[in-house]
Amino acid sequence: MKVLIPSALRSYTESGWAEANGATLTDVLADLDRRYPGIRFRMIDEQNRIRPHIRFFIGGVQARDLAQALDPNDELLIVQALSGG
Amino acid sequence: MALDTDQTTPAAARHVVLLVATRKGAWLYHSDAARGSWRADGPHFLGHIISHLKLDPRDGRTLLAAAKTGHLGPTIFRSTDFGGSWKEAAKPPAFAAAAAGATGEAGRAVDHTFWLTPGPGAEPGVWYAGTSPQGLFRSEDGGVSWAPFSRVNDDAQYRQWMGTVQDGTPDGPKLHSIIVDPRDPAHLYIAMSGGGVHESTDGGTSFHPLIDGLEVVEGFDRSNVSFHDPHCLRMAPSRPDRLYQQNHCGIYRLDRPATTWQRIGRNMPAEVGDIGFPLVVHPRDADTAWVLPMDGSTVWPRTSPGGKPAVYATRNGGDSWKRLDAGLPPGEAWWTVKRQAMTADALDPVGLYFGTTSGELWASRDEGRNWDCIARHLPEIYAVEAAELAA
Repeated sequence: MKVLIPSALRSYTESGWAEANGATLTDVLADLDRRYPGIRFRMIDEQNRIRPHIRFFIGGVQARDLAQALDPNDELLIVQALSGG
Repeated sequence: MALDTDQTTPAAARHVVLLVATRKGAWLYHSDAARGSWRADGPHFLGHIISHLKLDPRDGRTLLAAAKTGHLGPTIFRSTDFGGSWKEAAKPPAFAAAAAGATGEAGRAVDHTFWLTPGPGAEPGVWYAGTSPQGLFRSEDGGVSWAPFSRVNDDAQYRQWMGTVQDGTPDGPKLHSIIVDPRDPAHLYIAMSGGGVHESTDGGTSFHPLIDGLEVVEGFDRSNVSFHDPHCLRMAPSRPDRLYQQNHCGIYRLDRPATTWQRIGRNMPAEVGDIGFPLVVHPRDADTAWVLPMDGSTVWPRTSPGGKPAVYATRNGGDSWKRLDAGLPPGEAWWTVKRQAMTADALDPVGLYFGTTSGELWASRDEGRNWDCIARHLPEIYAVEAAELAA
């Protein structure tokens, strides 16, 4: 599926869009990490929690559960959400 | 470019490079041979929060940078060509995953790596890292991959002393001041804010507190390790049995094998006090050290006392202190210098350097007697380290 990469992570992908496959959000992020080593840990901590300023959207709806099932035709949007100086 | 580790080489044969870590990136400042003019190399990692930038003195070219950004999790970047190019660590410091069904704070996550210490010469490739929240990690491959180290991270007693994230310093509780005894790689010291000073004599397998003589905030029980907040622990390079400490509650010295700290900050001027973050020890004279006091009164402004910053030096192990402020702002300067943001080179006379929370980089070529501002308008400076390279 197509994955929108936020600017903070494009040092890994060198592109605003990436391809990754999997039946769940967990699987897609694992595949993304295989293609771009290190990228997952910047978004998901060692306790498998989504980091505070990272958001995932699928079909315009925020995904809060890494076990959420995905359809190959979905687009995954990764969003960086941060304010302040 | 090769590192010359001979500490007796005349100043003219070398130049100093300052490794400056800031809230928005890192810079390298290269001096001329006289340490009179400086050339900036940077920014590296613009926008990244760099807590520490450290040279491996064993090869003189490998740099490690402890990094994160506002959005992203923490990592370590590594350069083997003195900042010419960088590569991310394959496995950055991370706590062990919590056991299934664990509750509460059982499963901690590294927010940022705060402190980096290269191992001794006898252990090439070994590095130590201290994190926020408090964790101790070790790499045996030059910083490429990291693993939890010692029982400290998960020991029930140590976890109690560390407290929770709520108990920590404003930007998170930290493990810092990782010191390896140059005579014995199995002899280690660490400090935690909060959580006290600790020593290991078995290569980090276990640690024990080293807090006798240290004071805590009035009204609290000094026998409770949780209440101890060492800001900066330093070993005298020329006398490894001598430790100095800038603590939340004063300046201390400890000469091993004694185990009771002496509050040498009592000899500071009363109107300035002995509260601060950094402390630096002379590379060849264990009786000489420098501190940079801050205002620790009332609500803890953590600014220069009275807006008049000054370095204080002792030449007698803390029996007396002398104010050194020539060239520093005479007033209306309300900055602080953080615990990693003051350092010394090993030239003769010793060069002293510090970076401020307001983004100024200051240097002295004469052991603190005179000061020059060599950069300003940088982001908030978190750490300054000095490296000496062959000219």
